[in-house]
Amino acid sequence: MIEIKDLHKSYKMGSNSLHVLKGINFTAEEGELVAIMGSSGSGKSTLLNILGMLDEADSGEYNLDGVPIKNLSETKAAKYRNKFLGFVFQSFNLINYKSAMENVALPLYYQKVGRKEREEKAIKYLEQVGLKEWAHHLPNELSGGQKQRVAIARAMAAEPKVLLADEPTGALDSKTSYEVMDLIQNINDQGNTILVVTHEEDIAHMCKRIIHLRDGVIVEDKKIKQVRASSYVQ
Amino acid sequence: MFDIERWQEIFDTLRKNKLRTFLTGLSVASGIFILVILLGFGQGMQNGIAHEFEQDASTSVWVWPGMTTKEFKGMNPGRRIQLRNDNFDFWSKANAEKIENESPRIFVRNVNVNYGNEALVYGIHGVQGDFQFIENAKMVDGRFINLLDHEGTAKVVVIGNKIRKDVFGHLESPLGEYIEFSGIPFKIIGVYKELREREEETLYIPLSTAQKVFNGGDRVNNLAYTLPPAENFDQAVAQAVAFKDELRQYLQQAHTVAPDDTGAIQVWSAMEEAKRYYSLTGNIKFFFWFVGICTIIAGVVGVSNIMLIVVKERTREIGVRKALGAKPWSIVGMILHEAIFVTAISGFLGLFFSMLLLELVGPYVEVDYIMNPSVNLNVAVATVLVLIFAGTVAGFFPAWRAANIQVINALRDE
Repeated sequence: MIEIKDLHKSYKMGSNSLHVLKGINFTAEEGELVAIMGSSGSGKSTLLNILGMLDEADSGEYNLDGVPIKNLSETKAAKYRNKFLGFVFQSFNLINYKSAMENVALPLYYQKVGRKEREEKAIKYLEQVGLKEWAHHLPNELSGGQKQRVAIARAMAAEPKVLLADEPTGALDSKTSYEVMDLIQNINDQGNTILVVTHEEDIAHMCKRIIHLRDGVIVEDKKIKQVRASSYVQ
Repeated sequence: MFDIERWQEIFDTLRKNKLRTFLTGLSVASGIFILVILLGFGQGMQNGIAHEFEQDASTSVWVWPGMTTKEFKGMNPGRRIQLRNDNFDFWSKANAEKIENESPRIFVRNVNVNYGNEALVYGIHGVQGDFQFIENAKMVDGRFINLLDHEGTAKVVVIGNKIRKDVFGHLESPLGEYIEFSGIPFKIIGVYKELREREEETLYIPLSTAQKVFNGGDRVNNLAYTLPPAENFDQAVAQAVAFKDELRQYLQQAHTVAPDDTGAIQVWSAMEEAKRYYSLTGNIKFFFWFVGICTIIAGVVGVSNIMLIVVKERTREIGVRKALGAKPWSIVGMILHEAIFVTAISGFLGLFFSMLLLELVGPYVEVDYIMNPSVNLNVAVATVLVLIFAGTVAGFFPAWRAANIQVINALRDE
C-alpha cells in the first residue's frame, strides 16, 4: 500500500540546514496498523506529513497504492489527498464555525457529493464514533475526546485507503486516549490501513507494528502483539 | 458561479461570520454612500446656479451708467453719466433685428405712496411693456403696462404679488383700486409674480408717466434688453458679448467717454455671468468627483485590507480544507466569490440608500445655490462595479498565495 525508498528531507533554518530525514526505507501493507515512534525531533511527524502529501520530500521514492507521488501539482495533490488519505491531527483542526456534522461532511463536499447525501453520510460516520446526538454542536461545545472522534469521523468520511494520525491522543487524558485508540482499532479491524505517530509506549502497543525513529533514520521495526484498547475502556 | 453547492457553502460561511461580513459590507456601503451623496450635491449646486439665472431672462443685457474716471477730449474725470431717451431710441432703431425685448427703466424717487390712509414704502420703476419679459415676470392677475399706457401717459400701476398679499390681502382682487403717488391716484391694472418674493416689491408705471408726471424729463437710469435665442450656449455667449461691446462703444461715443474707462458705462450680460458660474460649477463638480474617487480608493483599500485579514485569519482553515482535498482554485474561488458577493450586495445597498436619501430629501433642500441634488444612475452603478472589480483584484493575490502555500505551513499557522 505504502512504499518509500531512501527518503530525504531537510529544513532551512536561517543559514543552517537541518537534515530531518536521512534515508527512510519503509513499506506498509494493506490493513496494517503501524505506530511510528521516536522522541521529538526524530522526524516522525515530518515522515507522516510527507506520506500525507502535506509536505514534499527532497529526494527519494514514494508510491501510494501503486501511484508514484512525485512533483505533484497542488491540484493533483489535492485530488490524491481527497481520494487516498484521511488525516487526524493532534490539535483536531476542526473548522470552528462549522457544526460536527458539517465538519465531517466537508471532505465529501470536495468529492462533489450532493448536500443531502453528504449529510446522511456524515451522520452515519458520527454514529459510528458515538456522537450522533452531537451532530449539530459546534467544536467548542465538545470535549477534547469528542473533538478527536469528530476528526476521526471526518477522516473516515471520504473512505480513504490510508488513515494518517499525528499524535491523535497527544492532547487527551489516558481514558479518552484509550477510547480514541479503541475507535482506531475498530476502524483497522474493518481492513483500513492506519499509521499513527505517537511518543507514548502504551498507545504504540495498541498497534500491530512499531517503527522507531531516531535522528532521521529507522532504528527498529518490529511486529508486536496488539493490546486491545477495549480492555482499558469501561 | 452558478454552482448551488458553492453558494450554500458561502452562505454558511457568511452567516457564521456575521461581524466580519458586516464590517466588510459597511466599508463598501459607506464608500458608495458618500460618493453618491457628494455627486448628488455637485449636481444640486449646478441645478441651483442654473436656477438662480432663470429668474431673469438668461439673455438679458443691462446698462448701468456710473461716473467717469478718466479725462477724455477735454472733459474732466468724475462726471456722472446720464442716459437719455435718445440713447435708447437710437440704439433700438439701429439694432432692431438683434433685439428681442427692450425697455429703459427709470427710478422714481421722493414720492410718497399711499393706499387710503396707509403709507407704502415700495420702489417705483418707470418701464415699457417689454420689461415684463426682461424680468421674467408672470402675470397672475390683470395685465402688464402696454404701448397705449405708454403713449397716453396713463396713470396706471402694476404691483407685485407680495404687495398684493401685504396690502390688498383683504380684497379678492386689487384690480381697479387706486394708489396715490404724491397725491395723484394711479389705478392698479395688474399683479405680477416672480420666482423670488423679494423681487415682487416693486411698483411698475409707464415710462412716459414717470418722466412727465414726476419731472423726469428725458432721463432714464438703465437700458435693458434681451437677445433672441441662439442655437447653443457658446453662440449665445458670443452673441451677448458682441452686442454688449457694440452697445458700450456707442454709449461711450455718445457721452464722450474714454474707450478704456470701463466704470463710466457698465454693460452687464447675464449670459457672460452665467458662463462664469457654469465654469465655476464645473470646477466644483470636478472637486466633488475628486473627493468621491478618493473615497472609492479608500473603500478599495478597505476591502483589500479586509481581504488580507480574512485570508490571514483563515490560513489554518485553508490548510484544513486543502488537507481534506480542496484544490487551490476552489480556495481562491471560495474567497473571491465571498468577497464579490459581499461587495456587490453592500455596494448596491449603499447605492440604494444614498439614492433613496437624495430622492426623499433632495426636493426639499432649500439652500441658495443648491437645488434638487440628484445623481445619474449609470454613473452610480458604474462606481459600484468599479469597486467590486477593484475588491476582486485586491483580494485575488492574498487568496492565491494562501491557496498555494504548503498545507503543513498553513496548518502550523496560529
